[in-house]
Amino acid sequence: MMKKKGKSYLINFALVAVLFVVLQVLISSGVINRYYNGILMLVGINVILAVSLNLATGFLGQLVLGHAGFMAVGAYTAALFTLNSSLPEGLALVVGMVLGGLVAAVFSAVIGIPALRLRGDYIAILTLGFGEIIRVLLNSLEFTGGAKGLNGIPAYTTFPSVFIVAALTVYIIYAFINSRHGRAVIAIREDEIAAESAGIHTTYYKMLAFILSAFFAGVAGALYANYIGVLAPAKFDFNYSVEILLMVVMGGMGSITGSIVAAVVLTFLPELLRGFSDYRMLIYSAILIAIMLFKPTGLLGQQEFSLAGLAKRGKRWFAKRKKGKEGA
Amino acid sequence: MAKLLETENLGIAFGGLRALSDVTLEIGRGEIVGLIGPNGAGKTTVFNLLTDVYMPTEGTITLEGKSIVGKKTYQITRAGIARTFQNIRLFKDISVIDNVKIAMEGDMHYSALAGILRLPSYWREEKAADLRARELLRVVDLEDFADAKAKNLPYGQQRKLEIARALATQPKVLLLDEPAAGMNPTETQELAEMIEKIRKKFDVAILLIEHDMSFVMEICEKLYVLDYGMVIAQGKPEDVRKDPKVIAAYLGGNEDE
Repeated sequence: MMKKKGKSYLINFALVAVLFVVLQVLISSGVINRYYNGILMLVGINVILAVSLNLATGFLGQLVLGHAGFMAVGAYTAALFTLNSSLPEGLALVVGMVLGGLVAAVFSAVIGIPALRLRGDYIAILTLGFGEIIRVLLNSLEFTGGAKGLNGIPAYTTFPSVFIVAALTVYIIYAFINSRHGRAVIAIREDEIAAESAGIHTTYYKMLAFILSAFFAGVAGALYANYIGVLAPAKFDFNYSVEILLMVVMGGMGSITGSIVAAVVLTFLPELLRGFSDYRMLIYSAILIAIMLFKPTGLLGQQEFSLAGLAKRGKRWFAKRKKGKEGA
Repeated sequence: MAKLLETENLGIAFGGLRALSDVTLEIGRGEIVGLIGPNGAGKTTVFNLLTDVYMPTEGTITLEGKSIVGKKTYQITRAGIARTFQNIRLFKDISVIDNVKIAMEGDMHYSALAGILRLPSYWREEKAADLRARELLRVVDLEDFADAKAKNLPYGQQRKLEIARALATQPKVLLLDEPAAGMNPTETQELAEMIEKIRKKFDVAILLIEHDMSFVMEICEKLYVLDYGMVIAQGKPEDVRKDPKVIAAYLGGNEDE
């Protein structure tokens, strides 16, 4: 059983590599133009945000309403670093991401320590407040450029860097969830009292998952800052937090692949609907309402899409058909 | 028999409401002890005190001679007291086997980094956990349902899964809160046999709350009877059954009769 798993890791890795090569070839041959290249990078950043938020909201079961706040912290940290550093391009981006992630993690720890020691939904209101406080602070502090924000941030983020970081994030969160630590986190979502009496240090695991989630939001912020080049506090408002939450809910709380699909769809959709100009947001919201009506658990629920699962299902389907034919 | 778990003069008051007073219990190694009493007598409160869900207002609890008052619930579990719940508390949306593996947390040591990087320690410990979880599921006759979601099990099986989960923490004392509730006579009989088997196999002492008297009389070696938060009788089942105070508590007679 374990050997088989090793093989599926390899296959998945190979597929991700192929996807990367195909996209990269399409970009360098000009089939994907600069505009779509930019959207692809946003997709990657949103994948990181959605998957990391899913860790806190879908797997840990704590409603986080300030994910954009953690992203903002990471973005500003990385922007200030890359603006003032003389490191070579790639290294500066990596250090910026690590710093952005770490600072976001520190902020999440400060919020988490009081809120996560309690049972219940305190984290929702605290993160909501945090998101707003960060925005107001960024608006009023001198070194963040106030309402004007920061500009001239070096554009170090490239498609390969976004793709690699997104793939790494997905892998890390997947691997985390499928380890003893992830099981403990899911147990807390399912029943905190039972988890505690099964010997799980609930506060520790809540902190761990929440901080990890914020760390990746910070990393996504760093990528974003070095992609877009200008940062303004207004970007990281409550609506943006809700947008990320929407990806998680639409994809399915507790499904990593669901979050990826939803992040891709919800990033592309508004762009594809641009032709409808005025009706764009109308269609966008109609689609969301339809999903909530017909599939309230999200596209994938708590399921993961996997090739192994697909193969299994295919086999079962064929076996059923064969049986049916023989019976007839 | 050596004392494993002891409470002395245990009591708790919620504000002005006195839930328990002067509860002194003794559970020896490998004993099966019953805790009975009318509804609202405070039986589950005793469990909640033993697992430090509540802090006692007075009295002591010692496990193998060491006080466990004031510890966190998960520490109590790791020290060797595991419990099941009256209203089943399983991790409903995950697989039966993962329900058991979660409770092995105390014995698994690989770090988060080792887990993410899938280092050899991850594979080794996960494999051992998988084997042990399947073994525990076999004990409670659930090995065929290992990959089913816990919420899809029938009621009686869910109770058994809770017992398997509690056993996965390698307890010295197992607290069962109404294990036979909602079971039919055949299932209850199976459960009685299973509890006997578990006691032998895992060398664990069992304290159980139960209303099914024939079940209690059959498997318990010692009984404590609670009424209005006080121990009104204790001893061998056959003696307790004849105790006039117990009969009065259950049937509502008065002691002058």
